[in-house]
Amino acid sequence: MENKVWKPLFAVFSLLVFFALWEGISLLVDRPILPSPLYVFQVLWRAMLSGELFFHMGVTLLRLFVSFFIAMFIGCAIGILLGRYRRLDFFFDNWLIIFLNIPALVTIILCYVWFGLVESAAILAVVINKVPNVIITIREGTRALDRDLLEMAQCYRFGKVKTFKHVIWPQLHPFVMAAVRSGLALIWKIILVVELLGRSNGMGYQLNLFFQLFDVASILAYSIAFITVIQLLEWLILKPLDKKALRWRR
Amino acid sequence: MTAVQISIHSKHFAKNQPTDQQPVIANLDLTLESGEFVCLVGPSGCGKTTLLNIVAGLDEAFQGKITLAQAHTRPTIGYVFQNPRLLPWRSVRENIDLAARTTPEIIDALLLTMNLSGIQNAYPEHLSLGMQRRIAIIRAFAVDPDILLLDEPFVSLDAPTARQVRQLLLQLWQERPHIVLFVTHDLREAITLADRLVFLSSSPMQLLKEIPVTIARNERQDETRVEAFRQQLFSSFPEIASLL
Repeated sequence: MENKVWKPLFAVFSLLVFFALWEGISLLVDRPILPSPLYVFQVLWRAMLSGELFFHMGVTLLRLFVSFFIAMFIGCAIGILLGRYRRLDFFFDNWLIIFLNIPALVTIILCYVWFGLVESAAILAVVINKVPNVIITIREGTRALDRDLLEMAQCYRFGKVKTFKHVIWPQLHPFVMAAVRSGLALIWKIILVVELLGRSNGMGYQLNLFFQLFDVASILAYSIAFITVIQLLEWLILKPLDKKALRWRR
Repeated sequence: MTAVQISIHSKHFAKNQPTDQQPVIANLDLTLESGEFVCLVGPSGCGKTTLLNIVAGLDEAFQGKITLAQAHTRPTIGYVFQNPRLLPWRSVRENIDLAARTTPEIIDALLLTMNLSGIQNAYPEHLSLGMQRRIAIIRAFAVDPDILLLDEPFVSLDAPTARQVRQLLLQLWQERPHIVLFVTHDLREAITLADRLVFLSSSPMQLLKEIPVTIARNERQDETRVEAFRQQLFSSFPEIASLL
């Protein structure tokens, strides 16, 4: 597996086995319940050509990024504060546990009940679900900050901004990346439920429509598009970011 | 010009423990005259690093007072910690520049003297500990300090490099006089460098003896002179032998 040619070939092979297995099972059962992969790709292709897929995926992606950035920003800020100030942490620890354990569905329903079936309610529901996770991860990172380096920065009078940029943030980076990865995975899943329950566009809305029409092929086609986009994010954005930030490591 | 008046009534570790426990430092009074080079000599674990941290303003949990007598501003402090404390995610040059208060030309010259010009863009973790130590020393010089604190800075440097860095330290100190507070357990090194030796006892740390080094600076290259002074110290003050 050391070989650079073999590794991607092997990955392709493993995917082919997956689709072959899928094909095999689809032959055994009724077509409408589990359509063959080939048919699903045809449906996917048609949805792409009609522009329908791109529109709904675009709407969902937009919601995803807006709520993701809001949640990351709020979560990082609160996480750093709780990591730095023990009293604050002690006070809010119970709140955090409450928010962590509210089922996503409950926040979504409550947001729609309280604020109506509007875009901001949808975003808020996602943010509330994601923020506690970010806080916990970043709080751990802040607690683990190297005191030696902080003392150095204090002694050489770095000041707040310089200390944050050059001493604190690089140490938090692995924790932020962990929060980003788990965050994307979580938000993807919640956002579909949000759309299903209270929006009239987006992937979640579409999936609900297909459910009512019993259109399994479209559901699978949308899922494939969905998984592909998430993987592209990982390869094109997250991996290069990691590589750049960790080039100092031995 | 800065003179430093250190007056520590007591310093305890771990504030959550009862205060009647043995203090780390007790009744320590020490004055550093402006432009003076002072070496602190004492057994390991006696609290020398704690003392430096107090002088640097990093440790404020003690009873007593540090007076840094200077007209208006807080004196600039350069601190060479016991471990290099470089930012691993910043290059060598960035590490120095982040702290520096002097011109790039001076930093270039310092890097050249320390034979580190070629590795300015390297990351600290890719370098040896000896190199990291030298970078930390350059960083302390580059702030153009009023007070320079050095905590056993030459440990893990090979002998020729250590000698070279010692010379550089003296040269910089003579070009622009500032207070140097130098912690070491190497008495020969202390005699070679200092105006005054301060011997410290342990648990609690107290000032045991202050001895001016009477050898002229230009004669200190002569190792026999240093050795003779050392022997004389031991015979006149037998109590210091237990500290080393």
